[in-house]
Amino acid sequence: MFDLFKFKGGVKPPTNKAQSTTLPIAAAPLPARLAVPLHQSIGGTPRPVVKAGDTVLKGQLIGQADGWISAAVHAPTSGTVRAVAMRVQPHPSGLDALSVVIEPDGQDRWIERQPVDYGKLAPEDVRELLQAAGVVGLGGAVFPTHGKLTAAKSVPMEELVINGAECEPFITCDDLLMRERADEVVRGIGIFRDLLQPQRVLIGVEDNKPEAIAALEAAVRARGESFSVVAVPTRYPAGGAKQLIRVLTGKEVPAARRSTDLGVQCFNVATAYTAWRAIAHGEPVVSRLVTLTGNVRQPRNYEALIGTPMGELLAVAQPNPDTDGIIMGGPMMGFLVPDRDAPVVKATNCLIAHSDRLFPPAPPEMPCIRCGECARACPHELQPFELYWFARARNFGKTQEYAIFDCIECGCCSYVCPSRIPLVQYFRFAKSEIWAREREKNAADGAKARFEFKQQRDEREKAEKAEKLAKAAAAQAAKKAAEAAAAAAGEAKTDPAPAALDPETAKRATIEAAMARAKAQREAAAPRNTDNLSAEQQAEVAAIEARRTQAAVPPQSHPNGPTE
Amino acid sequence: MFKSPPYLLQDASVSRVMTQVCLALVPGIAVYVWLLGPAILIQLAVASLAALLSEALILRLRGKPLALFLSDGSAVVTAWLIALTFPPLAPWWLVVVGTVFAIVVAKHLYGGLGQNPFNPAMIAFAVCIVSFPALMSQWPSQGLHLSLAEQANIVFGLMPRVDALAGATPLDALKTALKLGAESGIDVPALLANQDIYGNFAGRGWEWVAAAYLLGGLWLWLRGVITWQVPVAFIAALTAISTALWVYQPTSFASPFFHLFSGGAMLGAFFIATDPVSGCTTPRGKLVFGAGAGLLAYLIRVFGGYPDGVAFAVLIMNICVPVIDLFCQPPIFGMKDKP
Ligand code: SF4
Ligand code: SF4
Repeated sequence: MFDLFKFKGGVKPPTNKAQSTTLPIAAAPLPARLAVPLHQSIGGTPRPVVKAGDTVLKGQLIGQADGWISAAVHAPTSGTVRAVAMRVQPHPSGLDALSVVIEPDGQDRWIERQPVDYGKLAPEDVRELLQAAGVVGLGGAVFPTHGKLTAAKSVPMEELVINGAECEPFITCDDLLMRERADEVVRGIGIFRDLLQPQRVLIGVEDNKPEAIAALEAAVRARGESFSVVAVPTRYPAGGAKQLIRVLTGKEVPAARRSTDLGVQCFNVATAYTAWRAIAHGEPVVSRLVTLTGNVRQPRNYEALIGTPMGELLAVAQPNPDTDGIIMGGPMMGFLVPDRDAPVVKATNCLIAHSDRLFPPAPPEMPCIRCGECARACPHELQPFELYWFARARNFGKTQEYAIFDCIECGCCSYVCPSRIPLVQYFRFAKSEIWAREREKNAADGAKARFEFKQQRDEREKAEKAEKLAKAAAAQAAKKAAEAAAAAAGEAKTDPAPAALDPETAKRATIEAAMARAKAQREAAAPRNTDNLSAEQQAEVAAIEARRTQAAVPPQSHPNGPTE
Repeated sequence: MFKSPPYLLQDASVSRVMTQVCLALVPGIAVYVWLLGPAILIQLAVASLAALLSEALILRLRGKPLALFLSDGSAVVTAWLIALTFPPLAPWWLVVVGTVFAIVVAKHLYGGLGQNPFNPAMIAFAVCIVSFPALMSQWPSQGLHLSLAEQANIVFGLMPRVDALAGATPLDALKTALKLGAESGIDVPALLANQDIYGNFAGRGWEWVAAAYLLGGLWLWLRGVITWQVPVAFIAALTAISTALWVYQPTSFASPFFHLFSGGAMLGAFFIATDPVSGCTTPRGKLVFGAGAGLLAYLIRVFGGYPDGVAFAVLIMNICVPVIDLFCQPPIFGMKDKP
């Protein structure tokens, strides 16, 4: 028997998975229009390589990867590009981003696909192929996969962890993938294994998926591989990369480090599957499995094209009439998409039809009674109530002391809190505020540096000028003295001192005034410390978050992100 | 609609927590009624009423939602703890004074639910024992069998507080007797042989009430309402010091059993020191808090001037909570082998 480790905390919400696993995977119908966002992974935004009016084939490149941490984007079906324009994104804030709008021609004609035998290729070439095929982490973090396939030089690669835990309630797309396509998953894992050369390969699956475990075991046996398929106890968030690594290897990856520093790398099962399709079939990532569930009559998993409008896709599962929203992702870490037209992206593993019947609104927030339930539930062993306390008091320095950036926003603390405090909201708010302040500080520091540089230069110039003047004055005085001596009479004129400081002080005062104004504005714009997060604050969080997704996020926080 | 994740929430609420605490007190109350008479029921009712009324009044003054906070159950828990620590035949107004003080001053003047640094019930006890020491030490004598009506009459002052009722708690009786008997050579074993006050291992009757509290406390722990650290540390510390002194001089110190099942020890270990609001929150902090409370309770009840030490012990530990928690912060995920 395989020795398992435990992670602290975690919760056991009702899994609600049975509903969507009764039927096999089906292909979603072709939508009338697709809007494929170019930025679908962590890292650089791919550059569009098509324009309105172009005809494209399924799998044709439409967005070229920009930089090493970036992944290409492809046309999900054949048709005509109608626009390359800003379209709404699946994001809590409902921001727009550059997307390629394609009208399908109904033929679904592929480009010429080129399967390769990766065994004959150099590892760099395999990585490049994966990047060109747009393979990214499909567990939710969408980090470009090729960027995680280089072993650290200093640390031997001990374990390759494959994440099939799928711990969030309602989501079953990985379960169905493992059940139905275990062989290709195992082959994909083989690619990762060959590139990383780990000592062991561990596939972790929550023990509530016996069919998936059996299918994987059979596939591993049939391929003659030595991978261990490990049933891990069902406990949310066992599928968080760090939790799964902990359970399978006993290693705890601190927030500030990459798992590779500890000799572990982790991929999602669906990522392995798409890697195999990309290499062995020449198929770039143009679709993914999406669980349609929640308040619907026909919950089921569908293979959906990237860019399919979510509302249209969810309609396939026949939502009940009282459906009033769509949650992308699971009920713990997902979010309500603000627009039914938001497209399915590579990170979309699940769409849940929302209704208040299914997810009753939280009762009113009460004061924290310091019961510590949240701390006992926190898988990162934080003290959420302390974080909440300081976040509410806007004491962000203290929140950092209590390691707010170790929080993975898993929601376990909110889930258990008897006072019904939306703790995660407070943490997102605090993080956004800290980011915003850092940015402002950086900007201010930049301005200050520029100002000081200029001031120094001015002073130097001034000094030089004064020196020149003094020299000239001295020369003049000497001349005059000579003249005076010569004339034996006359007054020695004193040269005016370089009292030209005024414009400088004025300038400096202007800059200081501007800085003070900016500060006042910031403070005025900052939401007041109310008992609860006001709508205004929440809007602000959303807005800051929008910026946060667009801004380059430090990559180390992502390879081991919450779900991949 | 702005609804934030997680969309799934566990079925939990403050009132559920408080209801479970009340339920866990029921066995203790039942034994109390059975062995010591129904007067405690009157006190519980009076205290609950006083707590709810004063809570409602102050909530209104503070402009807080009445229904939300009245139904959270926290005032009732405070009221019950006050009633259970006060003498059962104390005049009704004594319990009311204690309860109102607890709710208005100890709880709401500090910010209300979740903000009070001191355990409100223990503040009530401390205030009353300092202000009304005589009334707070009048415990019904053993063997006094009064009907519910008679008990009610005493509580409500309709009947003279007869001398028969001016008993003492077994703890107090032991202490006084020891003090008086220091010269005459009376020792603990001899005193405890007096079956009038003392039962099988502690105070007659009281020992079973304490045992029932223990039972209720274990149930709370099983339900996950309280954690094990505080009760275990409390009981361990109390056992350790009482055993040490008992072994050292069994003639002047009572056995650990006597101490564990006397006075407010069990109630304190499981229901008072475990109060989350005024106690420590970190696991190691709870161990320190519980142990400190157990130790101080012993020292005060044996060497101090009050019949029992639990209330003062808990209040003293309440003061230390911020410091204890500061030094007991657990390491976070991935940082365990760092200094
Ligand atoms: S679970 Fe809620 S009430 Fe309990 S300590 Fe945490 S934040 Fe406070
Ligand atoms: S959301 Fe953050 S603080 Fe809350 S349980 Fe998860 S990791 Fe801990």
